[in-house]
Amino acid sequence: MDTDNRKSNDEGLCFIINPYFWATYKILIYLMSTTQHLQDFVTQVRRDILRQVHQVNSGHPGGSLGCTEYFSVLYQDVMEYSKDFDMDGKNEDLFFLSNGHISPVFYSVLSRSGFFPVEELNTFRKIDSRLQGHPTTHEGLPGIRIASGSLGQGMSVAIGAALTKKLNKDSHLIYSLHGDGELQEGQNWEAILYAGSKGVDNLIATIDYNKKQIDGATDDVLPLGNLKKKFEAFDWKVIELKAGNDIAAIKGALEEAKGLTGKKQPVVILMETEMGNGVDFMMGTHAWHGKAPNDEQLEKALSQNPETLGDY
Amino acid sequence: MKIYKNTGNIDTRSGFGAGLAELGKSNPDVVALCADLTGSLKMDEFKDNHPERFFQIGIAEANMICIAAGMTIGGKIPFTGTFANFSTGRVYDQIRQSVAYSGKNVKICASHAGLTLGEDGATHQILEDLGMMKMLPGMTVINTCDYNQTKAATLAIAEHEGPVYLRFGRPKVANFTPEDQKFEIGKAFQLTEGNDVTIIATGHLVWEALEAAKILDEKGISAEVINIHTIKPLDETAILKSVRKTKCVVTAEEHNFLGGLGESVARTLTLNYPAPQEFVATNDTFGESGEPLMLLDKYGLNAKAIIEKAEAVILRKE
Repeated sequence: MDTDNRKSNDEGLCFIINPYFWATYKILIYLMSTTQHLQDFVTQVRRDILRQVHQVNSGHPGGSLGCTEYFSVLYQDVMEYSKDFDMDGKNEDLFFLSNGHISPVFYSVLSRSGFFPVEELNTFRKIDSRLQGHPTTHEGLPGIRIASGSLGQGMSVAIGAALTKKLNKDSHLIYSLHGDGELQEGQNWEAILYAGSKGVDNLIATIDYNKKQIDGATDDVLPLGNLKKKFEAFDWKVIELKAGNDIAAIKGALEEAKGLTGKKQPVVILMETEMGNGVDFMMGTHAWHGKAPNDEQLEKALSQNPETLGDY
Repeated sequence: MKIYKNTGNIDTRSGFGAGLAELGKSNPDVVALCADLTGSLKMDEFKDNHPERFFQIGIAEANMICIAAGMTIGGKIPFTGTFANFSTGRVYDQIRQSVAYSGKNVKICASHAGLTLGEDGATHQILEDLGMMKMLPGMTVINTCDYNQTKAATLAIAEHEGPVYLRFGRPKVANFTPEDQKFEIGKAFQLTEGNDVTIIATGHLVWEALEAAKILDEKGISAEVINIHTIKPLDETAILKSVRKTKCVVTAEEHNFLGGLGESVARTLTLNYPAPQEFVATNDTFGESGEPLMLLDKYGLNAKAIIEKAEAVILRKE
């Protein structure tokens, strides 16, 4: 018994003075602080989304809330980019939003990532604003590299940017986001065929797989079938992300995707999200796809997402 | 009257191919995209000499236009090539959102425009493309008249920052503009001097306008022919200078009168110097299969039609 106890104490001491322990400890603390930061960031972005659409009584909160974690992880933790916005975006990762109607989350994350003043979120969808209903380069908003809104074009645009990266010998990556309902637009399949057949392997496309669209469930409107098999049949690498609103899971999927680039195949993440995530009465329905909350609903939604980084 | 010599019939699309090949050597940022019509667009030389900068997209024009828009991000200058019909009507929304509204430096190069595509018929003979393209804010619209001008325009648009629609055609036509003539976007050429009527022509109808001017000259009518390769921005200075002298105008184009060059000229005149105008253009109709010259005759798009309209418009002068 004595011998066993002494051995145990020695091991405990060794553990505390072991440099590996401290390295692991520091990483854990860093991860916890990063996770806490991201959690706070996500909560604040949700508030921004709700307040933007409420203020003008229009816009698309459902899909925006569903993709809040994805945008936050992408811009806060995954992409390498310069905050001094330059349209050409050489030597940095680029992101393209194809389903432009979820502009509230894009604008919030861009502003809170330093692209333009957070106060400008006040101008969303108002006259003379750079924050148009759907994102555009036309008013010169930093962070936007192409107009989107008319669906189905972003995959092709992302491929084009990826091809230029290759021509420029620029090893940075192209990220893109697409709605699942958006895949009903035929141009996507032209693009998916091209990227798979020609091995555009510096592209990580993500599908916001919330299985809902304006008129209802995608299964009722026009079923998408087995998306994994479809992408694989077009020679894409497919990552299935079941917990598309979980920060750690998203980070894991994006890191896995990065590891799959450069291998002669494009990569897609089928990210299963909850439309309206973070606001209980907006979840589990397609009703909030393109509808703004009223005063009472806003109060309730905000109470579920207390202010973290400061409202604009 | 100044007489222009045809140095040999050759297709305008070959002028595009030659210009693109030259750009391949002179401008490393130029990339070319094609939707399965490389031979028809005469893009082979560029493709063979610069395979790494040539992108065969397949029969997927929407994808091609948006890939081109994406390629500008990072500094490339994409030239897309397919028939005029598939360059415009088929992909209007893609051009509108991803190219024009986004202000991307894409050069949409369109062959086989108009009736002179010939035997393939109305499905391929677009007569509405100039209208669609000129209505897009920020879009430059060019319709060249011969091989030399098409080659010069191809070189010039690479230097221009912003979206461009360059329209040319399939048949072998007279090559008559000087080989070394500098092409300036939006700057028309006055080809002949005249006092009785101004003929403003674009594309294949510029040569027909010169032929018409010769016959009119023999009839004692002096016609001032203007080669207006750029539909937008329109050279209003050249138009007004001539019409102030001749007091009447005939416009000539291989396009529907709705939305074409003629309407742009009419607007310029209405706002600045109202004058009688006649239109040589298709009359709100689709085309049909047939030999190009026979089609031009049937639809009133040749020297004969220009002469008739010129004589008619002169009678309308006060």
